[in-house]
Amino acid sequence: MIWVDTIVQGILLGGLYALFAAGLSLVFGIMRLVNLAHGDLIVMGAYLILVLVTLLGLPPFVALLFAVPLMFAFGWGLQKFLLNRTLGDDILPPLLVTFGLSIVLQNALLEGFSADSQRLPTDALTTASVAVGPLNLGVMPLLTFASAIAVIIGLNQLFYRTSLGRAFRATSDDAVTASLMGIKPANIFATATGIALVIVAIAALYLGLRSNFDPNVGPARLIYAFEAVIIGGLGSLWGTLVGGIIIGVAQTVGAALNPEWQILSGHLAFLVVLLVRPRGLFPRAHD
Amino acid sequence: MATYSVQTRTRASSGFAVFATLAIVLLILLPFFAGRSTIQDMFFILTMLVLAQFWNLLAGYGGLVSIGQQAFVGMGAYAMFGAVILLGVDPVPSILLAGVAALIIAVPTAFFAFRLQGAYFAIGTWVIAEVFRLLVAQWKTLGGGTGTSLPRSATREMWFTDAIKTLFDVKASAARDILAYWLALVLALATIGGIYWLLRTRRGLALAAVRDNTEAAKSIGVDAARMKWVVFLTSAFGTGLAGGLIYMQKVRISPDAAFSVTDWTAYVIFIVVIGGIGTIEGPILGVLIFFALQSLLADFGSWYLMTLGVLAIVIMLIAPRGLWGLISERTGAHLFPIRRRLTGGELDQLED
Repeated sequence: MIWVDTIVQGILLGGLYALFAAGLSLVFGIMRLVNLAHGDLIVMGAYLILVLVTLLGLPPFVALLFAVPLMFAFGWGLQKFLLNRTLGDDILPPLLVTFGLSIVLQNALLEGFSADSQRLPTDALTTASVAVGPLNLGVMPLLTFASAIAVIIGLNQLFYRTSLGRAFRATSDDAVTASLMGIKPANIFATATGIALVIVAIAALYLGLRSNFDPNVGPARLIYAFEAVIIGGLGSLWGTLVGGIIIGVAQTVGAALNPEWQILSGHLAFLVVLLVRPRGLFPRAHD
Repeated sequence: MATYSVQTRTRASSGFAVFATLAIVLLILLPFFAGRSTIQDMFFILTMLVLAQFWNLLAGYGGLVSIGQQAFVGMGAYAMFGAVILLGVDPVPSILLAGVAALIIAVPTAFFAFRLQGAYFAIGTWVIAEVFRLLVAQWKTLGGGTGTSLPRSATREMWFTDAIKTLFDVKASAARDILAYWLALVLALATIGGIYWLLRTRRGLALAAVRDNTEAAKSIGVDAARMKWVVFLTSAFGTGLAGGLIYMQKVRISPDAAFSVTDWTAYVIFIVVIGGIGTIEGPILGVLIFFALQSLLADFGSWYLMTLGVLAIVIMLIAPRGLWGLISERTGAHLFPIRRRLTGGELDQLED
């Protein structure tokens, strides 16, 4: 029974990793840009929510509503004024600029908030649990998982049901031809990164509610997100969820065997998938 | 009848060769007139230069942007500690084992990482470095997660320290620093010389061809996949040697320090990007700027890293070839020329 519990906890943890990964996947899918600062942006989002909670005395979920437009604007500006300049055939500029950005963000947060670990305030709801059969499931992990599914459904609807989604797909396929049809790729990219940062804000909320965070935890979140994306196969959001679940289950099972093995077993699961299915479980894109 | 010839040498490079010879003699003699802190600073500069040259070989020439070089620094350092503590080998020859250990783990690393392209390769190498850090932290005989120190008996009787002690009339710890400095100097010169030699051979030409256009290079018979392996393994070996040497001087090791992405990869990337990626001169200029900034801003903690990050971003955006790229564009200077130029014959008349 304990093993079933461990595995279910792992699946729910996978929802959090899928949330970490969805923004990364979105940006890569549309502009082939891998943002190495993605993890640090999640941590920045968590601090933003923390500031809103402390300054305005808001509950975290309400603070998220205020954080969403701010994060969208930040992402839009970041893409429009910085990252768009790095796009091109050469892979070095986007990699090195986002790596530099990652170091800058980490140290700016360190300067602003010190290295002390923080946590968003929890209330009765966030610590509650419900009994499902013989299992006791936390409300928070369930909510995280539900949010991950909602985000993925929302993104798929956006891609395939709206004109913005059509513009995203067109620009992703061929930016030059899309621009002949009156689409401005620079603005499409900026909007995409804005939306990615909205997802980052949601991920940040759950990061802050479920665990302690400090300015240095960003890179590890980037790595989990990246592993989920690669396991799932580039271009498949549901694949990313499966990837997140595989990492989550590997981590909880590893931790149940020996607490020191938690992170290591997640990485090993990733390497095993890379070994047997180099293009991921549900590959779609060809690059 | 005019004759043509292929030249790589430039006037600046010939002048520079004379200057470089003098500088090397000066650097060899440095311990005779410089204090201990200068020697330690120079050791830091030289070892960072070695790391930067090898990362530059990977990213600048091989097009392989790795964020996992700390795997080779850490593995090299731990192999050196393992050889000293478990096998009783002297620390100095153990540095060679450090390089070999890094080379050995580079094979599975490349096997996995080469399945990923571009940016995903970058994060893939990072994940693999994390795996090695976590595995080494499980190695209880070498201190597990908290780390360990070299036994005093090993550091006291280290090769050459007695001779240096008598020669300079200094304490054992200062003698160790001088030894480490000389080894770092040898390693740095061998690295620069070796990379320069590699780039001027047929293999270097093939490497440049792959970097500039993989498909075109393949079509004229360059084995691009093999070049990637050569570059990756070479730079792992060199990075491992540097790791062993750095931790021979530090004497104390822990997994978090030896596998630190900031210390062994972020700094190195900034050095290369600021100095000029894809040139041998760039990392040399970069490491000097890096050291100057560190001396200026050391008291400001995280502002220092922020400055470096912003500087690297700005340079990548406005001058992607770095400061050396700007200099050589303006002046046409190449201190380590690898470009083959056709001169003589009618070309000379055309130039006039």
